[in-house]
Amino acid sequence: MVQCDRLAVDQTVAAPGSLADPGALGSGPAAESGPRPKLTVRGVLRWLRTMAGIVPFGVYMTLGLLLPMAAVAIGAFRDPNGGGFTLSNVKTATHGVYLHGFEQSIILSVLTSILPGIFGLLIAYAIFTAKRGTVLRQAVITASGVFANFGGVPLAFLFIATLGSSGLATRWLVDLGFDPYAHGFSLYNLGGVAVVYMYFQIPLMVLVILPALEGLRSAWREAAENLGARTWHYWRYVGGPVLFPSFLGCVLLLFGSALSAYATAEALTAGTIPLTSIQIGSFLNGNVIAGQENVGKALGLGMVVIIAAAMVIYVVLQRRAAKWLR
Amino acid sequence: MAAITGTTEATGTRGPRPSRKRVSLPVWRWVILLVAAVYFLIPLFAALRFAGIGAFRSVISEPGFTSSLGLSVRLAVVTTVITIALMLPTAVYVHLRLPRLRRLLEGITILPIVIPPVVLIVGVLQIAPGFLKSTPYLLALEYVILAMPFAYRAIDAGLRALDLKTVVEASNSLGAGWTTTLFRVVLPNLNTALLSAIVLTVALVLGEFTMASLALFETFPVWIVVNDQTSGQVSVAASLLALFVTWLFLLAITVIGTRRARRTGGGEVTLFTVARQQTRGES
Repeated sequence: MVQCDRLAVDQTVAAPGSLADPGALGSGPAAESGPRPKLTVRGVLRWLRTMAGIVPFGVYMTLGLLLPMAAVAIGAFRDPNGGGFTLSNVKTATHGVYLHGFEQSIILSVLTSILPGIFGLLIAYAIFTAKRGTVLRQAVITASGVFANFGGVPLAFLFIATLGSSGLATRWLVDLGFDPYAHGFSLYNLGGVAVVYMYFQIPLMVLVILPALEGLRSAWREAAENLGARTWHYWRYVGGPVLFPSFLGCVLLLFGSALSAYATAEALTAGTIPLTSIQIGSFLNGNVIAGQENVGKALGLGMVVIIAAAMVIYVVLQRRAAKWLR
Repeated sequence: MAAITGTTEATGTRGPRPSRKRVSLPVWRWVILLVAAVYFLIPLFAALRFAGIGAFRSVISEPGFTSSLGLSVRLAVVTTVITIALMLPTAVYVHLRLPRLRRLLEGITILPIVIPPVVLIVGVLQIAPGFLKSTPYLLALEYVILAMPFAYRAIDAGLRALDLKTVVEASNSLGAGWTTTLFRVVLPNLNTALLSAIVLTVALVLGEFTMASLALFETFPVWIVVNDQTSGQVSVAASLLALFVTWLFLLAITVIGTRRARRTGGGEVTLFTVARQQTRGES
């Protein structure tokens, strides 16, 4: 998965070359793709024929992703009783306990995207500089694949057995003279949940940042060293600027992943921390006050809006960074 | 970019480079890996101690174990088949005929990662027709969407490492038709990329909980949770077992894949990139 890498780096590289000569397959004029400036019947037909190849994909995405999301968005503005247009769902969803839920979700997601982002980058770099094809490298990468998909009650349990009030690590720490629970730590508050989230966020970061690291060519480092650059110079003027946009993209991805995490927090806290994803889940499970059936959809819409806002921040940051790092 | 570069050389591993950094780097590496190992292994160890060895023996005889695992495996197979059948032709087609749509396609295939599954399933349950809602294969259809970012990028990385256009042109000029080219030229070259796509899809399906539980189907991850209420130790043993088995499975696939790729001149198989053995120049 190269998305965070691609979001940024490709802009520079892909632009001129990839547009060249798309008509590699087949023969005859029909092989040329792209809409023509002249709008003739033949031109339109040709364009339609070229586009036909991506129709199955487009239909699948529409039915499986766009239509359900549209249903959520429309439902957010619909009165569950009469079916007419209403703003009351959105109003409910942005007040009181739900507003608090959004706040807590955002705090948790920011925390568990930036910290694992940095630590995951360090691990990925450690793996990247290890020799290719070694068992260590492949063991870490595959383990990342597994842990990035780990979550829910099993994960919650792992940590209850470790850092719960009578967990293994807690007892070790108490034996060493430091009781984490006497110093304000709890596995069941926001900080504790953040510690648990990192268990799948760090591996996810390792997975998504590795392709970007592989884009750092050893030749660049050698060239920099030949020009007399120290490690710091290399990272400040070469490695950093190349890597930073990818890093931001990956952190954005982690933010989305943390925001949508559902099972782990629910299993761990049983709803004591209000998080938006858990609130949506409880709507689906039927814990609904009459007349508020569509508030869950408004909450869902709210999550999408938050992610869209995060993407805007990402684009702005990336532009700024491009200036700073130049 | 990662796939195109394909430089096998990692910075500072081979060749004599007289530099101060060579000394300090390994220390950093081991410190970081040690911290990571502590964080990731201690919870596993704690859970292992809690479950005890006996629980592992009784996992298999637990009611619901075989049926839920069977369902998860079936869903994994169906999801993988649909994903490959949908994404492979699309990616190949876009690479060859519509290269200017590549960035658009990348943008679209990211969407499932940033759209929370818990929101998606709300919409799906609302619009899905009744006959789909009653079958667990509804999940497979949606898992295809969830797996798309991973699968598309794996295939895309493979295609870019391949220099598809030249290969297809060569095949065509030798008189091969479209199907022959796809099945006898493109597919064999994409072995490793497809392998990573499949591995990632399977790992995702075997671990997905949110959608399955909210749509009320008892897949393996859901069963672990349901069963937890009756016997906690067995549940912990089951989830540990699932973790280890999936990991060994992935490790085996990448190691074998890399060996095979080496023999045929390819690079290492990682989960997202298929690096080539030779550098194709700084394009």
